[in-house]
Amino acid sequence: MKISKIKELLEAEVLCGEDMLEEDVHSACGSDMMSDVLAFVKDQAVLLTGLCNLQVVRTANMMDMRCVVFVRAKKPTDDIIELAKDSGIAVLATDKPMYASCGILFTNGLRSEAVNA
Amino acid sequence: MSEPIKFHFDVDGDNFSSAGEASVQVKRMLRQIGIPADVIRRVSVAMYEGEINMVIHADGGNADVVVEPGKIVIILADRGPGIADIELAMTEGYSTAPENVRSLGFGAGMGLPNMKRYTDDMKIESVVGQGTTVTMTVLF
Repeated sequence: MKISKIKELLEAEVLCGEDMLEEDVHSACGSDMMSDVLAFVKDQAVLLTGLCNLQVVRTANMMDMRCVVFVRAKKPTDDIIELAKDSGIAVLATDKPMYASCGILFTNGLRSEAVNA
Repeated sequence: MSEPIKFHFDVDGDNFSSAGEASVQVKRMLRQIGIPADVIRRVSVAMYEGEINMVIHADGGNADVVVEPGKIVIILADRGPGIADIELAMTEGYSTAPENVRSLGFGAGMGLPNMKRYTDDMKIESVVGQGTTVTMTVLF
């Protein structure tokens, strides 16, 4: 799924990474607990989260993710956007809540992969 | 690469926002010297969790990374309160982090288990009241 499709499905605003919208991503995960992302995620390209701080971007960076989606109308601050730009990570923001956002992407074909438990 | 390559960082304990900066820099530098991507991820995730721990529990500390052929060693040393029961601290889900840390996305008792998960060897030396040194090795 292209990042532009995620934007369209979630009616999301693109806060940075306009140039990455045509990139294909193949899997996603949703979590507010960054340690869980660091523990169990494997090669997932998109992180959906309701947590809104710099550690979200650093966690995504550590896991080589391409895109962060802030859900339920969280508005990341400028320093979060700057760090994401610097890390080569696209940032989207949607008003939809976590459960709906994940459900919409999942039913449109963006799946998770087997967890690395 | 014959001589080991060494990186040193002071981890600022005052500011949770800056926690992880050293790990991000290490990740970038390891990329520049051509370390395989999966190895970089293991090193940087383990170091990142360690860095977060140092900020949450120990008011910061020192981080050293030594890159040798086939091996990367990460040494995180702090002068924090120490760990009384290391076995208990290693239990997934056990945490002494303050409640506010959970609202920041950490403090679920996953840090040390994650560090062990991503490294080939992890050694914890700790003296209560004096500090903790965690030495992690990633082989490749």
